[in-house]
Amino acid sequence: MSDDQFYESLDEVEPGRTFLDSNELVLNMGPQHPSTHGVLRVILKLDGEKVNGIECVIGYLHRGIEKIAENRTWAGFAPFVDRLDYTAAVSNNLGYCLAVEKLLGVEVPKRAQYLRVILTELCRLASHQVWLGTHVLDIGAVTPLFYVFRDREDILNVFEKYCGARLTTHAFRIGGCRWDAYAGFAQEVLHICDDLPPKIDEYRDLITGNRIWLQRTKNVGHISAEDCIAYAITGPVLRGSGINWDVRKAQPYSSYEDFDFDIPIGTAGDTFDRYVVRIEEMRQSIRIIRQAVEGLAEGPIIARVPKVLKPPAGEVYVSIEAPKGELGYFLVSDGSAQPYRVRVRPPSFINLQALEKMAKGSLVADVVAIIGTLDIVLGEVDR
Amino acid sequence: MVEQLRSTYCSGIKEAATYAGQNYLVVDRSICHEVLLSLYEQWKFHSLTDLTAVHYPKDELPIEMVWILFSMSANERVRVKARFAEGEAVPTLTDRWVGANWLEREVYDMFGVTFAGHPDLRRILLPDEWTGFPLRKDYGLQQQDTVWVKKNLGIESGR
Repeated sequence: MSDDQFYESLDEVEPGRTFLDSNELVLNMGPQHPSTHGVLRVILKLDGEKVNGIECVIGYLHRGIEKIAENRTWAGFAPFVDRLDYTAAVSNNLGYCLAVEKLLGVEVPKRAQYLRVILTELCRLASHQVWLGTHVLDIGAVTPLFYVFRDREDILNVFEKYCGARLTTHAFRIGGCRWDAYAGFAQEVLHICDDLPPKIDEYRDLITGNRIWLQRTKNVGHISAEDCIAYAITGPVLRGSGINWDVRKAQPYSSYEDFDFDIPIGTAGDTFDRYVVRIEEMRQSIRIIRQAVEGLAEGPIIARVPKVLKPPAGEVYVSIEAPKGELGYFLVSDGSAQPYRVRVRPPSFINLQALEKMAKGSLVADVVAIIGTLDIVLGEVDR
Repeated sequence: MVEQLRSTYCSGIKEAATYAGQNYLVVDRSICHEVLLSLYEQWKFHSLTDLTAVHYPKDELPIEMVWILFSMSANERVRVKARFAEGEAVPTLTDRWVGANWLEREVYDMFGVTFAGHPDLRRILLPDEWTGFPLRKDYGLQQQDTVWVKKNLGIESGR
């Protein structure tokens, strides 16, 4: 909607009055705004401090990823998915590789599956650390940002040593992994597993008991379990509302059934519960990583796949539990070397749709907290 | 489930099969809305995981709509597909799933498919005044709305 249309729509609500007569204030937030985590524009209709209406304007980061896919080879598109959720590139890559492997009917060797789990869970830790730092910063606590970025460095160093890149890693290949674990990989990863729990305690000590934090998050941005299902919300937001559902447990992929871990769930469905869920998820990720490192058996790291991939004509939908929620790939193959259609089901896009529901009736300052708690990445929303 | 659906809709259910371990239904466009709602009511497919379209320009019915439903109680997914003619309106699902709103807007934005009964059908990712629907097969990879680019960005080309 253009701005003119938007003002006209306000007139429709109150006939006979112009926009300036109304008590409602229209506030434009973004697209360049520090707490929208990228280029998200939100149009708020305010009555004093109270939010009466909210509309998201997205698309500022649209790069036509799905169109690009139709003009690349199957393997050639893999590096592009790293640019969707750029704080969790490894997860994006895993989802795409699994989907193409499903089309090809390829079985990935056990060692590669375990390596994938280790790197994906490290990536979840890094993604949750970025979320924590920025979310808390939005609400006014500056210090934790430096703590989480300090600790995330160790994880990015492992990525760098493994594949040469820190953010857009392209860590996996269709059929397995391109690189084996480097010398000292296991020790370094286990070192992170030993090091991180006390640091997570540190985050907790800084944040959880803080009175300002509690007031800004408890009973803020509430969403019920029924609404979560109606909006098809997934990930920590869904679990914060008390639904025990995680793709890793419900429909295991890449050997997740081998590992012993819990799915933390909340009860209240508010911003505070989602915070607790994500913090606990970090501890569970560490548990998974430990088991995967210990269970890492010798063997090949990539299945035998042809140089030029031509999956048989057909369609699959494969989804994984990315740090933000269920990341799905719907692939259509016509039997040629290029995808006929690639559809990405982005968790951020679908979760962001509930912003209106969660923020309506709250205070304007809470909108910032709610955007933070949804943990969106605009690269994935806009694709 | 398939048998019961077949007995209700007869030849409306064109295909019910499994590919790579995944279940899908191909239904006639006239009954797609009813089938989707009955999957919700009777078989508890309460989540609309995803909704998208695929363009087959050479076919008689070029727009294929794909709905991916998920049932949390049964931990099962099902894909429902239906073919539509060019310019034909697809029944909206926003009456049952609020989450369908943005997804249908995106399909409209990318394919030009209209949804009958959608409360707020406008572009979502591209600018409102953009012409053309990028994910259609007849839209070139480097094609763009040069008039829009010139007017709003003041440059000859977005490249």
